[in-house]
Amino acid sequence: MMRAFFFAAGFAMLSLPALAATQAEAEAALAAAQTTEAQAVAAKAAWTSTEADLAAARKALAAENWDAAKAAADEARSQAQLSIDQANEQKTSWRTAIFH
Amino acid sequence: MVIEMPTQSDGENRMIKANKRTRFSVAVSVVCALMLLASVPVKAADATNPEADRKAFQAFFFAKFPKVAKDDFANGPYAVNEGMRKQWKEIMEFPPYDPALDEGHTEWDKPFANGKTYADCFDNKGEGIRQTYPRFIAATGQVETLEGAINRCRVENGEKPLNWMTGMMASLTAVMAESSRGKPFDITIPDDPRALAAYERGKEFFYARKGQLGMSCASCHVSPAGERMRGDILAPALGILAAMPIYRSDWGSMGTTIRRISSCSAQTRSLPLEDNGEDYRDLEYFLSYMSNGIAIAGPGTRP
Ligand code: HEC
Repeated sequence: MMRAFFFAAGFAMLSLPALAATQAEAEAALAAAQTTEAQAVAAKAAWTSTEADLAAARKALAAENWDAAKAAADEARSQAQLSIDQANEQKTSWRTAIFH
Repeated sequence: MVIEMPTQSDGENRMIKANKRTRFSVAVSVVCALMLLASVPVKAADATNPEADRKAFQAFFFAKFPKVAKDDFANGPYAVNEGMRKQWKEIMEFPPYDPALDEGHTEWDKPFANGKTYADCFDNKGEGIRQTYPRFIAATGQVETLEGAINRCRVENGEKPLNWMTGMMASLTAVMAESSRGKPFDITIPDDPRALAAYERGKEFFYARKGQLGMSCASCHVSPAGERMRGDILAPALGILAAMPIYRSDWGSMGTTIRRISSCSAQTRSLPLEDNGEDYRDLEYFLSYMSNGIAIAGPGTRP
């Protein structure tokens, strides 16, 4: 009985960080997303969808909803990276779309 | 079951064959490499050939829309959709850009604080010259649009630049377009590597996929031209700037070329770029050059 309790308590503690983001994690995720998006903007490759995710992350952060903030920031970062990849790929492949 | 063992001479034969094959494939590789080398300079030579591009570009649209008269391409969706054309005829009984024209004429004639006028900034006092914009300016090595020339005129005469998208800028370009109606687009690309590079950048912008939706200008305004997208009929890329600026019922106001391009960028979920930045100027240079020969029909009206 006791063993089961400790086991459950330990498991809960272990899994806690994965379930709930801390403020520090949410802030770090946002900072990372902003850095990647700044690179996308500089490359003239940015997407409005990334900007929307960033705005959602900032709003959630202000509302102290760390989970939502981190999730939106992570999404923004992955979108920003995709937009940079798109621009790099298109640097050469745009020519294949010329119809004339 | 008889298993045939290869005789000595069989083995030798095979080796000779294998050798021949290797030699053959080496020869093929060499020929391929030579062909590749030979094709590189050819590709470089025809990489930037605006006039060849223009001819092929126009031929595509003339073939796609055999019933559309050349200058009718300036009318965008109305040129390629019968139903919308009827609607347009009705709208044109009281053109919704008329107030902008009135406002533009008043502003055009009003002297700046220093006594100079817009007319002093342009060739032929600004009359009938819209079809020559955008222009490549050798002194700056950059492309200048009509809006760019208007704002430069203002700044050089001590006035504040106008908003690039709408309002007075659209009213002034409407006045300049009106006096150029019927004059075919006449864009010049001088034999200057910077002008050719600007053209090439504009071409790249037109064809490069952008935004979260991964679409290029061509994705909507080439093959699907004339088709319906949401409530709109997609305008063909040929002549697509000839009716600028436009009054769009959808906007409830006038818009310049930059406004239209920015909103198309946003439709692909691409973050619009700087209003009068090099990207949009070069894009407009390319697109206008593709329309050389199509008559100016601006200002225009759109649903
Ligand atoms: C997702 C499809 C889509 C893409 C991509 C797109 N456009 Fe458009 N565009 C439209 C629609 C819809 C309209 C409004 C209907 C029309 O006039 O074609 C329009 C209208 C225009 C017009 C005005 C046409 C007229 O006659 O009034 C111009 C100019 C234009 N687009 C330029 C561009 C440029 C330049 C790009 C690339 C940056 C671009 N478009 C990309 C959908 C698109």
